[in-house]
Amino acid sequence: MIENDTFTLGGHTFSSRFILGSGKYNLDLIRAAVSDAGAQIITLAVRRANTKDSENILDYIPEGVTLLPNTSGARNADEAVRIARLAREMGCGDFVKIEIMHDSKYLLPDNYETIKATEILAKEGFIVMPYMYPDLNAARDLVNAGAASIMPLASPIGSNKGLATKEFIQILIDEIDLPVIVDAGIGKPSQACEAMEMGAAAIMANTAIATAGNIPEMAKAFGLAIEAGRRAYLSGLGRVLNKGGEASDPLTGFLHN
Amino acid sequence: MIQINGNEAMQADGMSIADYLLSEGYVLSHIAVERNEVIVSKKDYADTRIQDGDVIEIVQFMGGG
Repeated sequence: MIENDTFTLGGHTFSSRFILGSGKYNLDLIRAAVSDAGAQIITLAVRRANTKDSENILDYIPEGVTLLPNTSGARNADEAVRIARLAREMGCGDFVKIEIMHDSKYLLPDNYETIKATEILAKEGFIVMPYMYPDLNAARDLVNAGAASIMPLASPIGSNKGLATKEFIQILIDEIDLPVIVDAGIGKPSQACEAMEMGAAAIMANTAIATAGNIPEMAKAFGLAIEAGRRAYLSGLGRVLNKGGEASDPLTGFLHN
Repeated sequence: MIQINGNEAMQADGMSIADYLLSEGYVLSHIAVERNEVIVSKKDYADTRIQDGDVIEIVQFMGGG
């Protein structure tokens, strides 16, 4: 079943469930990270151009990989909308990851401003993927605003602390009829695997790989873990006993029958 | 005053966006331009003159999550 297992974002179909963040890398390691992770989507930031940089990150991203610009740096909906429009002007498609923060200590997203930006950008034809704090009411508002997915955080950005919001992400997976992509804070392949076992549609990771000892190997480990978790989810996890044990071997037929 | 990417740039007064970008060495395929918070599309670079009071942002993609 995993062979034909795909998911869809704004009419585009993807078979890889790993979205790679491109921050904090040496440019020459990005290509390896993308190919070893098997990623089909990569995020990018929009910043003031500097003519002294002769290299551009676009030259290091393999052909055919979907670009997902983010609106990092935006502190409210209006700024996010400006950044999204500039990103689209660069001619790399209609995808945008909305990221709106004005808390520099924990970098937590502002769900209210994110909903406003989602509504504006979805109406302008963007495929909107909002990064959010995992709150069911906000998630429902994002659905109504026209989001193509929701991207709840596992723990604060760049923390590598794992699934601190696990129970609330599970609620979103159970209740929201859009791909739920767990973004931010995933620090290890095991955590990515766990989120996929819970039914997440995909995982986005950046810092866990960019700060690893061996970047291409860690990218590969994440790719494998995400696939393992997806297979486990599709298989249906075995049940958990409330108490006691249950032998997995036959109990009769030999010494004490 | 003219501001470009946060810096004062009176030398750009009267130049077209296209001439300014080329004189500074920008690679046009990699950037987007905003003038007074409105996007200037590439086809309008040659006809848009930079004038006193303009605030211009020139952006590109960088690594980010």
